[in-house]
Amino acid sequence: MTTVTGPARDVAPARDSWPGILRAEWTKIRSVRSTVWSLVAFVVVAIGFSIVVATVIASVWDKPGNHPNQVQLHTDPTTILYGTGFGFGQLALCVLGVIVISSEYTTGAIRSSLLAVPRRLPMLAAKVLVFAALELVVSAVTVFAVFFSTTAILHGHVVITLGQPGVLRATLGGIGYLVVMGIFAMAIGGLIRHTAGAIAAVIGLVLVVPPLIGLIPGTIANHIHGYMPTVAGQLIGQTAQQPADVLSPWQGFGVFCLWTVVLLAGCAVLLLRRDA
Amino acid sequence: MSIPPGLIEARELTKRFGATTAVSRLTFSVEPGRVTGFLGPNGAGKSTTMRLVCGLDRPDGGTATIGGRAYRDLRRPLKTVGALLEAKAVHPGRSARNHLLFLAQTQGIGPRRVEEVLDLVGLGGVAGKRAGGFSLGMGQRLGIAAAMLGDPRVLLLDEPGNGLDPEGIRWVRTFMRDLAAEGRTVFVSSHLMSEMSVLADHLIVIGRGELIADCSTSDFIQRSSEKSVLVRTPDPDHLRELITAAGGTMTETGDPAGTTGGGAAPAFVVTGLDAPRIGEIAASGRIVLHELTPRLASLEEAFMELTAGAVEYTEASRPPGRTPS
Repeated sequence: MTTVTGPARDVAPARDSWPGILRAEWTKIRSVRSTVWSLVAFVVVAIGFSIVVATVIASVWDKPGNHPNQVQLHTDPTTILYGTGFGFGQLALCVLGVIVISSEYTTGAIRSSLLAVPRRLPMLAAKVLVFAALELVVSAVTVFAVFFSTTAILHGHVVITLGQPGVLRATLGGIGYLVVMGIFAMAIGGLIRHTAGAIAAVIGLVLVVPPLIGLIPGTIANHIHGYMPTVAGQLIGQTAQQPADVLSPWQGFGVFCLWTVVLLAGCAVLLLRRDA
Repeated sequence: MSIPPGLIEARELTKRFGATTAVSRLTFSVEPGRVTGFLGPNGAGKSTTMRLVCGLDRPDGGTATIGGRAYRDLRRPLKTVGALLEAKAVHPGRSARNHLLFLAQTQGIGPRRVEEVLDLVGLGGVAGKRAGGFSLGMGQRLGIAAAMLGDPRVLLLDEPGNGLDPEGIRWVRTFMRDLAAEGRTVFVSSHLMSEMSVLADHLIVIGRGELIADCSTSDFIQRSSEKSVLVRTPDPDHLRELITAAGGTMTETGDPAGTTGGGAAPAFVVTGLDAPRIGEIAASGRIVLHELTPRLASLEEAFMELTAGAVEYTEASRPPGRTPS
């Protein structure tokens, strides 16, 4: 233990160090194990389930019960290719999105973070950007891996290429959906600030509430269901709008982004107002 | 007149949590170049005050500034203020090095400084270990490393001795004195008067969120270690007359006759005269004494007494005498 270095130096320039704050958020996210585990879970579950589904469909191709799948693989192939694998895999991204922000509160690390960035919003913005970038890379790799592996498995029965109408949009849109899904979860994590509560809320909004609303008969309920965040958001992963859909793929994605922006704005307002 | 860049100023600082007022119109300043002790019993509002100064909590009234600026207006705050707050502020899954690294990055501080502060606090050997496995003392050292990261001119340390072994406490004490000697502002809280009496040059004492004392440590000690004598006599009026004539003060203790059982005479506290002198005075007046006990108020006692009553007691407005216990 040596003595401290010389006298205190003068105040630094009066500007936030954006590259520094972004680098700091990257250091934070890469230096905890939950990040790696969640992303591994996402990749393994998404690719694993997708391959299982494709393999099963290929193996029962000529069985009479497989007819609906055959039809859908021609009209809306991406829903079959991505639906199951990413339906489950997205839960890992939801958990990570929540943890990235809620763990700061549950561990108290938020105090260190806010002592360093006391204006607070730059920290939240950097967190969103860094997490979105990480999600983008991991989701893009995973979605394309799923696309090429599942189309290869089904190649003997049906040919699906990125050049077919709507397939590339649905594939890129699927990546966009996953990125926004993580940010949506992060916003809820920042609003609730408790890991377990926030994860329960996100899972409820993603998996539990939409099917329950879907059970209610009538056009109003049908519209409410159509505007639920993930119901709307997942439309971008469809090759084409289906007759039952309230919104087009782009409209749906827009609604999902709007949900996320509103929650994020709420998160920002509370971050500024609440005691840390 | 320009404000010294290291001056901490709280003005009418107020913070409420629901119906509880944690900090009530607290006004004080902490000057550079000396160690200022922030004393108060647990729950007095010390940590809340420090969190208000650092912008973690929003005050319900008043302001707190460092060198004339609110903490939130400092752009690279760790280069001006280093804070070790009482509550945990580290992700247990992150290594000590990565914890310091991300803090350094927000301020544009290079990774070499991270290694410097790790060595400074003696954590160089465990820098790659997850902070969750650290002992309380190691956690405190990591907190001190984080506070020193930006080589700040102002240090706020909330109970820095918590969890440290005696060697660690001695190290922190020397460390704080060195920092103050370099001209930095050192504001350190404690609920232990004994700790502060050997460390602080100046004391700010609070109780129940209110300012109780703001004076030099030597002044506080001198005033607090004033001697008193407990006297029981069945003839208090006569004794008071003689004691007052001899320059002493005799006050009731609130323990009237009989409360201690067996029909004891009422008890009084005499200040300004020592026990032998009181005995001589009583003898000369032929007054019977049932008890004559010299009482040395320890610093700790004086502090407890002060904070329990939460009486306003500053250099400007000093009460005429100590309230007897």
